Amino acid sequence: MSNIEIRGGRVIDPANQMDEICSVYLADGKILAVGEQPEGFVAEQVINAENLIVCPGFVDLSVRLREPGQSFKGTFASETKAAACAGVTSLCLPPDTKPSIDTPAVAELINDKSEKVHYEQIYPIGALTQRLAGTELSSMFALKEAGCIAVSNAQFPVANLAVLRRAMEYASSHDLLLMYRPNETSLSNNGCAHEGLFATHYGLPGIPEAAESIAVAQCLDLAELTGCRVHFSQISSKRAVIKIQQAKKYGLKVTADVAVHQLHICEDNIEPFNSAYHVLPPFRTDMDKKYLQEGLANGTIDVICSDHQPHDIDAKLGAFPETEPGIASLETLLPLTLSLTEKNNAISLIRAISFITTKPAQILGLKTGALTVGYPADICIFDPNLTWEVNHENWHSAGVNTPFWGKTFKGRVTHTLQTGRVIYALAPHTTY
Amino acid sequence: MVAGTIQLNSEGRLKHFLTIEGLDKQLLTEVLDRAGSFLSMSQHQVQKVPILRGKTIVNLFFENSTRTRTTFELAAKRLSADVVTMNIATSATSKGESLLDTIRNLEAMHVDMFVVRHAISGAAHFIAEHTAPNISVINAGDGQHAHPTQAMLDMFTIRQIKKDFSPLKVAIVGDILHSRVARSQIQALNTLGVDEVRVIAPKTLLPAYVEKLGVTAFHDMQQGLKDIDVIIMLRLQKERMNSALLPSESEYFRCFGLTEKKLLVAKPDVMVMHPGPINRGVEIESSVADGKHSVILQQVSNGIAVRMAIMAMAMQIQPSGGHTHE
Repeated sequence: MSNIEIRGGRVIDPANQMDEICSVYLADGKILAVGEQPEGFVAEQVINAENLIVCPGFVDLSVRLREPGQSFKGTFASETKAAACAGVTSLCLPPDTKPSIDTPAVAELINDKSEKVHYEQIYPIGALTQRLAGTELSSMFALKEAGCIAVSNAQFPVANLAVLRRAMEYASSHDLLLMYRPNETSLSNNGCAHEGLFATHYGLPGIPEAAESIAVAQCLDLAELTGCRVHFSQISSKRAVIKIQQAKKYGLKVTADVAVHQLHICEDNIEPFNSAYHVLPPFRTDMDKKYLQEGLANGTIDVICSDHQPHDIDAKLGAFPETEPGIASLETLLPLTLSLTEKNNAISLIRAISFITTKPAQILGLKTGALTVGYPADICIFDPNLTWEVNHENWHSAGVNTPFWGKTFKGRVTHTLQTGRVIYALAPHTTY
Repeated sequence: MVAGTIQLNSEGRLKHFLTIEGLDKQLLTEVLDRAGSFLSMSQHQVQKVPILRGKTIVNLFFENSTRTRTTFELAAKRLSADVVTMNIATSATSKGESLLDTIRNLEAMHVDMFVVRHAISGAAHFIAEHTAPNISVINAGDGQHAHPTQAMLDMFTIRQIKKDFSPLKVAIVGDILHSRVARSQIQALNTLGVDEVRVIAPKTLLPAYVEKLGVTAFHDMQQGLKDIDVIIMLRLQKERMNSALLPSESEYFRCFGLTEKKLLVAKPDVMVMHPGPINRGVEIESSVADGKHSVILQQVSNGIAVRMAIMAMAMQIQPSGGHTHE
């Protein structure tokens, strides 16, 4: 690996509370120095970062690559390219692949595939239960050995609380983090929209807020009972935010994330019957959206993830309730996160960046998400003022299922480095 | 969030008829006036007018229906259109063909209009968005979303009897939660400017934030029917008993079934409506369904005229019979 100098950018590193204009020096795929040029350092490559922001590469807690099993929706090749363009250098792959990640063989297959596309840091999340069916425990120790960074039942329920309890006890015996998508399915009942004015108006089966908050409450009590470390994935409601806030105050070691689009869209913004807005958990009320934003500002919610779910065209072609839920969202992660700092004075730029770098890295216990000397050189360089339109020319994911299609955003990644290797450059001429 | 925009062409004329939402009072009144002109024809034994001669209308029924399908067929025939009815619930889609493929195949047969009934909310919108630009789509009921032709025939019947919408208090009674008819009626009544729309049902049969649709909610018939001019009863599906929404038919009838006794608090000239088919002894007592306040059969006859009017308007036929420059 070559010596690289990233010259003269505004270096923002939340882990080290740093925000200043300086250079970053990389050697052997690691961060060698930030600020002063080390003695004897000779750059083989210089990246001019003037007027750009240099920060740790993003760590995304939920990215569907659609392989194995659904390569017609996306592939490791297409989606890791999208990740690189989005500035994401580490990503977690939820276990709802086909087959699900419930055996070491599937985890190893994922590691092999990741090597083939030269995208290194893909972290599979192991299935909490076999086939994600919610009845029998998976071989969590073997999954951990095979590289699974956490366990989860993805969006599928563990209907029997005794099974959930035992799964949490077993996971915590092996010091595995549980990533839990709260959803009481007897209440969500195959709904496709928030049980609110939008669903009422258009006669769509609704999902009440309580479907999420009750599941949060149950899991919080079991976290206390079992001592299992719990991270709540993709929360969407006011009451879930309040419950997690209370639990944190009480001293429970729990964390939470929110999907980035939930911070920008609520049910009032949904274009009627436009399946691009069909997502789970559903877009809720403006009040819920404000609580999610405040939850980030006050530390209740730790992380912003993309919850990237690329789909084929047919999956979204139909009457709204019949289409598949999910948004292809990797490439809008940065601009949507940046725009929070404009909308909400309570979130500074350095904090906004921490939600997609330092915080998720800490939750996973990964040595990344910071520009600390000796850490892997996982770096994102972006232009905060560059505007771009979401269109085929600028888009890399195989899934074009986004409600932001055709919209213009401010803030674009110019370079992504993963363990010291440039895996994306917007305009190659800026490196020399 | 307005869903109605795609149903108007660039001149603001009806192109599809998918929902009442987004249509103004003037347009709804035009539908009623056009229907009136067709009705006077049929009263004078003019059974058939030639205004859709040479046009092909396909009734696409993805969900079973007898009454709606028949009135649409009759309406098309009385406009002299060629009409084909397909019960797709039992044919193509059960072979795994997608909705869009079904539509594409029929388009290739040079169809001018689809009349669509489907069990999923938004299906008619989806078809309107994806079908060829020369084809009009009429929503004959989609999931729990809308049933705008039923709502318009109800408005027609109300106007026939009450003449003026503005002083009316209207109550819709029953399963509002699952009712596409109720959603369309509420929009039509509010657009036409009635004094008050009430819904009467137990909370289990009311959708969340129902009052934001522009209604007052009641859980008691005594209170809800007080001084009411028009009562619209909704059909209660038997399967609601199995999904913990209601305890029993008899308890439902005791609380929300329309009886002569409960009618006493309404205006003396109250009219009683029901979109059919009726569950006698479940939502309505036979003596009320067949009694002097009931206009239930009148609704059915009006259905043909109203559907003729909507079909003619969506095909850009002016009252004179000439085509507009589209």
